[in-house]
Amino acid sequence: MIAFYALGLVLIASAIFTITQRSPVYSVVGLLVNFITLAALYFTLNAEFLGVIQLVVYSGAILMLFVFVIALLSSGIGPFSEGPNRLPRILAPALLAVVIAFGFLAFGVLHAPLGPPASAARTASVGTVGSANVFGSVGDFGTALFTTQLLPFEITAFVLMVAVVGVVTIAGDASPSPTLGHHVRRKRGKEREPIVKAGR
Amino acid sequence: MTVDVSNYIALSAVMFFIGVAGVVLRRNPLIALMAIELMLNAANLALVAFARAWANNAGHVFVFLVVTVAAAEAAIGLAIVVAVFRRAKNVDVDEVARLHG
Repeated sequence: MIAFYALGLVLIASAIFTITQRSPVYSVVGLLVNFITLAALYFTLNAEFLGVIQLVVYSGAILMLFVFVIALLSSGIGPFSEGPNRLPRILAPALLAVVIAFGFLAFGVLHAPLGPPASAARTASVGTVGSANVFGSVGDFGTALFTTQLLPFEITAFVLMVAVVGVVTIAGDASPSPTLGHHVRRKRGKEREPIVKAGR
Repeated sequence: MTVDVSNYIALSAVMFFIGVAGVVLRRNPLIALMAIELMLNAANLALVAFARAWANNAGHVFVFLVVTVAAAEAAIGLAIVVAVFRRAKNVDVDEVARLHG
């Protein structure tokens, strides 16, 4: 119980830190703390494999991507442009939306069971954390992934394929290179109009 | 007072709204993308909490899928930021109004 409240406090604090920092590098550090805390919360929920995935994929791969892009964009270039703070204009509707959403949430928590009824509770089958093939372990997760949940797993592969093709298309190298079709790409690139409106 | 699934859902909701605030308030696209990651992770926390409450690992598989989609989303979002930045030395989300007409 103490673990939950301590982790929850760190989780919320690091999330607020992430969105309030001026420099994106500090935001990445906040996000890193957030993800590591979230992995710890997954461990408290018996989700061992997902905790490891959270550490490796999120804290390792995705945050590294953010760091690389920040390093790429901010080298030798001024800071991101600043504008008027949008908070005062949207504060009232935002607070209203938050109150309504939490009202629904509290209503749901108080009036409907979030977990299974006591008769159907299968907490006994969860087993001891760390032993093989209990709920949330690598064996349990892998068995589900390759038997009953095979279609989502295949869709995952397709999503990654789409991402790879999309990234190469959007941010691919536009410099002259002896690759197939680079003349076509160059010609199209000249006709493009600037994406940013001038004089704003 | 014990910790049950509703505590985790409340934590998840708070984290989600912090993410929403980040997307709405910040004009730096990198921080907006990070706030989107916060929202996705809040949803993941809710899924894991429910999976634990029901002792059903379908939620875990769904979280796996969401992590993959988040990775794809981050990669493509950052690619768009890089592409916009390459054409105009500015990545303020309010200035990129080409599709606005």
